[in-house]
Amino acid sequence: MELNILIICYLIGSVTFIIGLKMLSHPESARKGNLIAAAGMAISILGTIFLYEEQGIKLGNYIWIFAALIIGTVLGTIAAKKVKMTAMPEMVSLFNGMGGACAALISIVEFDHLNHQIQLGGAVNSGTLLIIFAGLIIGTISFAGSMVAWAKLNGRIKDFAFNGQHIMNLVIFAVIICLSAYLIISGDPAAGSLFYLVFVLSIIYGLFFVLPIGGADMPVVISLLNSFTGVAAAFGGFLYDNPVMLTGGILVGSAGTILTILMCKAMNRPLSNVLIGSFGGSSAGSASKDQGAYKEISISDSAVVMSYAKKVMIVPGYGLAVAQAQHVCHELEKLLSDKGVEVNYAIHPVAGRMPGHMNVLLAEADVDYARLLEMEHANEEFSQTDVVLVLGANDVVNPAAKTDPGSPIYGMPVLDVELSKLVIINKRSMNPGYAGIENELFFQPKSSMLFGDAKSVLQKLVAEIKTL
Amino acid sequence: METMFSWLSLHQEMIYIVILSVFLGIEVIGRVPSVLHTPLMSGANAIHGVVIIGAIIVMGKAESNNLLALILGFLAVILGTLNVVGGFVVTDRMLEMFKKKK
Repeated sequence: MELNILIICYLIGSVTFIIGLKMLSHPESARKGNLIAAAGMAISILGTIFLYEEQGIKLGNYIWIFAALIIGTVLGTIAAKKVKMTAMPEMVSLFNGMGGACAALISIVEFDHLNHQIQLGGAVNSGTLLIIFAGLIIGTISFAGSMVAWAKLNGRIKDFAFNGQHIMNLVIFAVIICLSAYLIISGDPAAGSLFYLVFVLSIIYGLFFVLPIGGADMPVVISLLNSFTGVAAAFGGFLYDNPVMLTGGILVGSAGTILTILMCKAMNRPLSNVLIGSFGGSSAGSASKDQGAYKEISISDSAVVMSYAKKVMIVPGYGLAVAQAQHVCHELEKLLSDKGVEVNYAIHPVAGRMPGHMNVLLAEADVDYARLLEMEHANEEFSQTDVVLVLGANDVVNPAAKTDPGSPIYGMPVLDVELSKLVIINKRSMNPGYAGIENELFFQPKSSMLFGDAKSVLQKLVAEIKTL
Repeated sequence: METMFSWLSLHQEMIYIVILSVFLGIEVIGRVPSVLHTPLMSGANAIHGVVIIGAIIVMGKAESNNLLALILGFLAVILGTLNVVGGFVVTDRMLEMFKKKK
């Protein structure tokens, strides 16, 4: 009877995951979808704790289980509530790594269990071994990779690549596969310690897999690792004949892969290019040429040209997010609108550090959704725009993507801000952007630089416009 | 090799589930606006936290003299919970911002 209830719990869990994901892909239903999936997860977890039984024996160690659940819930909630909007991407990466580590630990314990059985003379099932190894390798790579992605987005570690790194990665991967294949086929109990070698090699592979990839590409990598963890979870489902783990894991695995490809499409680069081409490393040749001089514009001049413009376009970027300037940005927009200026936002699909980053940020500041123009639409508007205000964006407005085949971002669709009459660029300094590429836009005659932190510059602009 | 085949036939239903879920995942995500890429990724991230069920089973089965299983299982449940709870809360926080303007 109780097992039947557990089956229903798992059924509910699986269905809520599917419905949740479906609803998450529409703006109106997204939040409800997330809550539905969370409810399904809670039902599945509680069902497992109280109803699961194996060969008639129920689970024990309730104190340990609940202690761990409480610790995880408290830490997870605090971390998720406290994190700033700008740090969202690295938070997701961190949680993803936890899931990967969880899958790897399960495999380690199960292998140890199996190894004891073998030593006592039990038969090995190579199918089970295969699952354990797959869960271990994928989970560990996902964990190690996510940690690197997290540290990179944090700025704790920089890109790191050396000659022949790709070949070394391939060799490590080949060794992992060969060792695992040998252990699975031979089922040799004496070779059990090699299992831990596979574990260590997987960590190393995960580290070197993500290390050479540029910080600007981290969202794609996180999305890919996300689907890896999904697959690792699905292997756990195989191990325990558990349908929720299987459906949940595979669903995330396939959806995550598609999402990864969609993100790459938004940047107009194939996935292989992201994973192999170490971003920013090859740009040295074209960056060294003389760029000429740039000119600066004062706060008061900026205030005047914007107040008397007909159409103003704001291009937000990561600088806006870092400075937490979304509220004062909205204030500026309202002020200009009251003066009869038409103000819109041009949103590049990969502005910030994650697709949709800017939309989330501006929505937080109550910016009207209709004012956020997608790239194609914005590009049609630029030729009729009087002033473009670029706030902490760099690579997404770099004309080199259209003109310089040697540039690492060549081919990426960018915002054609240079079509407008005047471009005001707010940056903290002349340092190149996140991808480390010079931007010739800053040196064009139409462009003026407005140096400073996005928030303080916007506050001064607002104050200045009020006095006009 | 034979054990592999017998294992396959034993798990054929699961293999069917895998194949159908792959297509379902692709279908469900199909036409998502780029605005929602981040929340969707975060939501999917929370969903793969189902691994926690495996961790709970490991923990619950561990005999009291098996220290390795107890310690690693305990750690696995904590990590899994972090993934699930943190994932859903972060996603909710992101989506909260979309809703406010209505």
